[in-house]
Order: sequence, then C-alpha cells, then structure tokens
Amino acid sequence: MTRTSRRSFLKLAGSGAATAASLGVLGSARAQDNPAPAGRVNLPYPDSRIANLRELKENTPQAFHYPDSSSPCQLIKLGHAVPGGVGPDGDIVAYSSQCTHMGCPLEYDTASRNFKCGCHFSVFDSEKAGQMVTGQATENLPRILLRLTENGDIHAVSVEGLIYGRQSNLLGGAS
Amino acid sequence: MTGFKDRIPLPPAGAQRTNMTCHFCIVGCGYHVYKWPVTQEGGLAPEQNALGVDFRRQVGPLQLILTPAMVNRIREHDGREYYTLAVPDKACEVNQGLSSTRGGQMASVFYSEGGATQARMKHPRLFTGDDWVDVNWERAMALYAGVMKKVLDNDGPDGVMFNLFDHGGAGGGFENTWGTGKLAFSAIRTQMVRIHNRPAYNSECHATRDMGVGELNNSYEDSEVADTLFFVGANAYETQTNYFLAHALPNLQGGTLAKKRSWFPEESHEAGRFILVDPRRSLTVAICEQVAPERILHLKIEPGTDTALFNGLLTYVIEQEWIDREFIAAHTRGFEEAAEANRLSLEECSRITGVPREQLVQAAEWAYKPKASGHRPRTAHLYEKGIIWGNDNYRIQSALVDLVLATHNLGRRGTGVCRLGGHQEGYARPPYPGSRPAKYIDQEVIQGRGRMLTVWACNAFQTTLNAQQYREVLYRRVNIVRDAMARARHATVDELVDIIYDAVSNKGGLFLTTIDIYPTKFATGGHLMLPATHPGEMNLTSMNGERRMRLSEKFMDPPGSSKPDCLIAADIANAMKALYEGEGNTAMAERFAGFDWTTEEDAFNDGFRKPEGIDSQGGPTGDLVTYDRLRVLGNNGVQLPVKEYRDGKLIGTPMIYADYRFDTDDGKARFLPAPWNGLPEPVMAQKEKYRFWINNGRTNHIWQTAYHDQYQRFRTERYPMAPIEINPTDAKALGIESGDVVEVYNDYGSTFAMAYLEQDMKPGHTFMMFGYFNGNVGDVVPDWTDRNLIPYYKGAWADIRRVGSMDEYKRTVSFKRRRYV
Repeated sequence: MTRTSRRSFLKLAGSGAATAASLGVLGSARAQDNPAPAGRVNLPYPDSRIANLRELKENTPQAFHYPDSSSPCQLIKLGHAVPGGVGPDGDIVAYSSQCTHMGCPLEYDTASRNFKCGCHFSVFDSEKAGQMVTGQATENLPRILLRLTENGDIHAVSVEGLIYGRQSNLLGGAS
Repeated sequence: MTGFKDRIPLPPAGAQRTNMTCHFCIVGCGYHVYKWPVTQEGGLAPEQNALGVDFRRQVGPLQLILTPAMVNRIREHDGREYYTLAVPDKACEVNQGLSSTRGGQMASVFYSEGGATQARMKHPRLFTGDDWVDVNWERAMALYAGVMKKVLDNDGPDGVMFNLFDHGGAGGGFENTWGTGKLAFSAIRTQMVRIHNRPAYNSECHATRDMGVGELNNSYEDSEVADTLFFVGANAYETQTNYFLAHALPNLQGGTLAKKRSWFPEESHEAGRFILVDPRRSLTVAICEQVAPERILHLKIEPGTDTALFNGLLTYVIEQEWIDREFIAAHTRGFEEAAEANRLSLEECSRITGVPREQLVQAAEWAYKPKASGHRPRTAHLYEKGIIWGNDNYRIQSALVDLVLATHNLGRRGTGVCRLGGHQEGYARPPYPGSRPAKYIDQEVIQGRGRMLTVWACNAFQTTLNAQQYREVLYRRVNIVRDAMARARHATVDELVDIIYDAVSNKGGLFLTTIDIYPTKFATGGHLMLPATHPGEMNLTSMNGERRMRLSEKFMDPPGSSKPDCLIAADIANAMKALYEGEGNTAMAERFAGFDWTTEEDAFNDGFRKPEGIDSQGGPTGDLVTYDRLRVLGNNGVQLPVKEYRDGKLIGTPMIYADYRFDTDDGKARFLPAPWNGLPEPVMAQKEKYRFWINNGRTNHIWQTAYHDQYQRFRTERYPMAPIEINPTDAKALGIESGDVVEVYNDYGSTFAMAYLEQDMKPGHTFMMFGYFNGNVGDVVPDWTDRNLIPYYKGAWADIRRVGSMDEYKRTVSFKRRRYV
C-alpha cells in the first residue's frame, strides 16, 4: 500500500462524510510523513465535514469516522447546552465510539444518553464531556472537537484524548 | 505529549521489561513495566516496538490496553530521564491481559517531578513550630530515636504507639510487614498497635480462623468451576474487578462449561448460578442481572441481618438433609451444639432478613440441593466487607462457616469459604505481644494514654470509626507538643527531645510521626514525616486473594532520599541500638540488634525465609522461596504455601484443606454457635433516632484513602467529594439535588458529601464512599465493635440536610446511574 500525503488525505477526508465512508473500502487509513512539524504543538488533524446542522435530530446519534476511516465516532445533538457542546444551542458533541479500555464498540443509549460498553461494562456520559461514569477505562471518551461553518456544516477538526488501539490519533506510516 | 493526550511514546524493541504486580487491590493483576531512555522511541511496525504490535493501522478490539494513563516520564537520581509504560500481562493467569481502572493507571502514579505524583515526600520533614522543613535522615533519626528512648526508658513499651499497615501491595508486603513488625514487636515490644483500617491489632477473620479455616482457601479458578457462587457483602465488579471479569462472570455466562465437564466428568453441569446477598443493588448485581437474570438471585436483606440469614439456611438444609453427615462426623466437631444454637425457622429468618421465604428456599436449593446427577453441588462462599464490617463480625462469620462446614463446601474444587479481600496480603511478623482482645488503640489515644504515635503507611483520619472524636483529641494532644516546639527555637536535638518528652509526659501531649509516601492530612497535623517508597522503587513480595506470591521488581529510583519501610524500620532500630550502646546498656542494645540490612531482600531473608516462631503467611516452607526463584515465575508466581522446589520450580497449593486437615490441634474443623441477636444497642439507638442508613464502601474509581487518586484529575473530576447515593424521593423531600453538598450527622459527628440521586437506593437507605479525603463517613460511624474490636462500619444511621449547591460539581460531574442498565 502506498503512502498518502497529508495534503491528499485532507482533500479526501475533507470532502464529506460519504468520502470518509468510502475510505473504509481502502482499508486502514494512512497519514502523514511528518506528524508534528516545527511551529506546531498539535497534530495536524484533518478538517473533515461530517454533517450539517439540518441533518441532526435531537438525541439521535449520527455515525461518522474521524480522523480516518478506521476510527468510528458518533455525533449527537443533545438538545441542551453541555460542556464542550457547539452549535447555536451549545448542544452538539462528538466522541470516539470505541471504548478507551479495550476498544469494544460503544452503544449509545438514548434513554440515559450514555455510551455503554458491553465488554467490561464501562459507561461514559455524553452530557459531561465523555466522563467515565463507571467502568474499567482510565480515560474518558476521546472528544472529537468540532467547528461550525456559516452554512451549518459541522466539521471535525481535532481529537482530545487518545483513540483506542493507536500510538497516535493520526496513524503513521503504511504497509 | 500535548495537552490533547493524543499520542504516547512506544517502547523500542528490546526495551527493559520487569514484572509488577498491581499495587492496589487483592486480585494482584500482573503487569509488565517497560523502561527506556527518552531519547529513544519504538517504531510503529511490530518489530520496531517492544509490544510487538502493529501500530501502523488501527488495533482491533480486545487486543491490548494502552492508554495515556499507562505512560509516565521519570528522572533517575543521576539525572537521566526515561519513559515508563505499565501494561497488563496477557500471560498472567490472574488477569489474562485485563486491567481495571485502578491498576490501569499504575504508571501515572510512578513518581514524576512534573506529574501528578509531584506531591510525594522526598526527604524527612520536621515541624519547627510553625512550618515544615526538610531535614536529613540523621537529624530525623536522632530526634525520633531520642524521643523513643526516653519514652521506653521512662514509660515502657506501652508509651510507644503505632498505627500500622498489615497488608501486601503498595504500603505493605512481606519485607515491610517483617521490618516494621520486628521493630514494634521484637525490639520495642509494644502492644499499643492498631492496624491501618481498624482500631486494634486484630484479625478481620478471627472466627473462621478459630474454626480451623483460613480465610483464603481456594483459587480464582474455583469460581470458574463452581455450580453456585454465593457472594455475601461483596461487590466484586468494583472491588475485585478482574477476579470478577476473568473468573466469576464467565461461569455465569456458561463460558466455563467445558472446564467443568473436564474436571468433573461424572457430574451434571450448567452455567453457574450466583446468589448475591446485599441490601443494596450493587454494580455487581446490576451487571449480573444484565448478563443472566434467570441465573442470579439477589437477596436484599435488611441491614445487619446476615447472621439470621445463614442460621435460617442452616436450619433448613438440616431439615432437608442436604448436609454431609459423613464429612461432619469425620472432620469436624461441635455440629450439634451449633445447629441447636443457630436454629431459626425459615419463617423467622424471612421476618428478620426481609427476604421472602421462596427466595430463601431457592437460595438453599441452588447452593445445597443435590444436582441432577445426585452429586453434592459445588458452592463457593465469597464474602467481604458486608460481613467483615458488618453487624458483629465474629458472629456472622461463625454462622457462615457453620453453614459451609455442614454442607461440605470446602476442600473440594469449586468450593471454598473465602474473603474476597481488600488489599493484597503479605504478612510476616513476630507474634503480637498483647492479648486478645487487643488494646482499643483509638480509645487509648482518646483517653490520653501513650506518649508517641507513629503512623505508618495508613491514615486513620479517613479509615477509622468514631473519627471525629479521634481527630479532635489527637489534634489537641499533638498541638500541645507543637506549642512546646514553637517555643524551642534553635534548640539542639537533645534539647528538643527533652522539650518534646516534657510535653508528652507532663502536659498530655502526643508526639506524632508519620511514615508515608505523601504528606497526608494525618501527617500534616504532626511533627515529623519520614518518606517511604512503593513497589517499583523497591523490590516487594506480596500475595493475592488466592495466595499467589509474586515479586514486584524495582525498576526506578525512589523520590529523593525516601526508603523502603523495612529499611526505615532498620534505621530506627539501629539508631536505638547505638543510643543504648552509647550508655552501655547491652540488654536494650541487644533488643534492637538484628537489623543489619542494606536491601529489602535482606529483610525478606530475615523474616519470610526464617518462619520458625513467627506468624507468616508463607508458612513453614517460606525458606524455599527466594527472589531468584520468584523472578523465574514472573507474574504467575506461586500459590502459598509452597509444597516443594522441584526441577527448578516452586510448586504451590491451589486449594487448602483438600486433605481435610484443618488448622486446629486435632485437624478437625470447629463449628461455633452463633445465635442471631439483633443490632448492638448503640447502633440500634442511632437507628431509632435517625432516619437514614448510611451504608458505605468503595467505588471502582478510587483506591483506599485516595492517597494517589486525590492528585489524579481523572479521579477528582469524577469525585471531587465523597458521593452519597440517595433515593430520589427521599432527596426531593429534603430539597436535595444531585451535586448538592449535604451534611450527614448523628450523635457521633457530622460529615459532608456530594449528593448523588440514585433510584436503586431503597427509601431510607444511602451509600457513601468510604475513606475519601473530602468527606469522611467515619465521622458518623459509632464506636461499637465486636468482641475482637472489629468495627461495624456499615452500622451508621444519621440524618441528612442540604448544605447548598455546588455549581461546579453540577456542571462537571456526571450524575448518571452508575449501574449498568
């Protein structure tokens, strides 16, 4: 598999959720040669459009992948302002949906608005910045940091916290 | 690493790897610690990193645990900096690659000058009257030994008090129990010692031991092959997590059926059944209800009625002839007397415990009725603080073990009657020089006795009963000495010793020294602090809840000049010896001899490996165990007692009493009469006066007194204050919302907590986190104890009132249900 430059990756990832989903066909996503160039502290996360405000229904999670096709995430409009929430109502949040303990897929429970892990019973609160309510993880849920454009597009721009199963949130190298 | 915590360094291939048993709970999960220079990093390809994992692509679920909390950066005394990584060992039979939320953060609690552990003690600190200053060990020892000698010479050993750990894991271990025990019991010869979590020098398991049954008699594997697991007052998901996840739960799920069929081919088998005795719907209950609701039975007994439950079941199984009369006749004594004393009809049992009769019958059938194949069921009885800190420890434990003996549920694989445990174990000490019951040390302090108190790796401010009065008196006495020290500017050590001794002998003062890794609240109230180490900074041996002994290997320098507890004990003894030698008192000098240790292994060889005449969990074959032999066994270690050393390997004992030779003079187990007798009068008085039962215990986030956790943001953001779960209807009536601060008060004291509304709490019941640094439930726990001075921590009743809203708690703390639903 050949390397994909950062520029071309961003181009792909930035062109919308449909493209992001199609990345899955290519297998594991690949990232840049130089993850932290001089002048930067943060990793050069892609800026990816993941949805538009008009598409969101309250308390109905919307799946997407970020920062690459191997990293499933969920976007939720909670209906009231929460810590870290964006949008006009401060109520839109997004998280990695892999458990930070051992990477099992998290289920979003619409009644409690928690993410639940059926493997070792960890529970994370979507309304409190992904705080682990109880369970065996040592990290809260990684938050996908969001940006809104004037036309209501929601972009994922960064990740706070390490996504399960990675050395870095941006996968390095290729095979 | 950036503030986003979005990447971690990888150990390069070939990085140093050592073994580490988790510092914390009794389960003792196996970990590997990698250490490598910060100038090096492993690569993403599997051959480029020590984990052998391909990080070029997303790693799949359940393949590994690797989180930012598992990494730290340390600096050695020579200035070199290293990354460290502590990851669970997949080959360890205990945890099989799992980590709990406590053990998973182990690397985060390695000492790091720039990390959360920067509050660690680095050097001895002396209170100078109005401030704390660093002093060197020579100065600290001169003062400490000077005061101790004066007290010993003038007041005898009873003037020297200790609050002293007795366990394994961090703040304990065979080396350190031996070093401290030899100092206190052989050299000083004081009986004025209490243990870290109780006010006297006693056992949490006197009854079962008196019956000839040690409390750790099976293996975790027995929970895989049992027909029924009978949990009593045990919340294993939160407090023995990976025992529960790796060994117990798979049985409930039917995942161990093949092993059962293989081990016991003649018997009929099903997935396991769980009986859980707990007034509270614990997290463990909630998970089991999710996993296999038809195979669990939650007996929601009224608080403090365990004895009645066991007696009712015993009476019923005798009536049903589900007891093993052959076993009783051959291997026990006292059955008839106990059966008579404990007799309680199922109706009466139901009335007292509040458990419907049909549930009692079902429990008896699951646990004791012969299986379809006609074989006696294999039922393991597993208990912890619900009994240990319950209504009359000795009586409940007697009633439980009576039931177990009658039904022959020990000595066979898949059975056993065991505590599940709190800390790891690691006890090797000379015999306690006092009697039984021992001295109630908290009361000795309160009544003004004792001249000096050394608090060693524990913190009774947070882990004792009647804590408010204890603190009040202790502060008053300690401040008498502080005032005297404040007036003694530029005094020499000898002058200071005289001033302190005058304050403690003539003015009612108490000289307080703490030996710990942090300046605890207890420590900051005192006069002298001595810095200790924890695993990784020293070699340390402990054993887990199935008596599995491992060596946690030293891999880093301790902070500053801090030392292993055993070597601090040796320093004290050697300083005392020198003082007595200096005045020609050879008899006393001889008492303090035998501490010529330079390493913790010297202490190990002096205690655990010379078991004759001491109390050691290694038993008489402890001499077979060496550090080198343990290193070979890695994180799987050996289950004590060691049977033999053969073919280069230590051979252990998975199940005790398989030969039915019990720990009594004649080898026969003893039944003990244990009639139900209600709640103790002082507890009953609080119950009648106050509205809420203040049940209390652990949560999975927080270990022990939060000595590390109070510095870990992940923990304190979750629990900035001790939470108290309250029924929502009760809370509403009091105007209380989640996130409010409430006051909990009764005749013994008052404490504060963070309200956490929880619909699973019965009306009138609450549950408050035990032992926390911000909100201490011990303040409202009555001073009543059982006959051996074991507290009834669960026996608190109090009223609750709203103090006020705490906006930040409401904004940042999740108050979602903790139960998995």
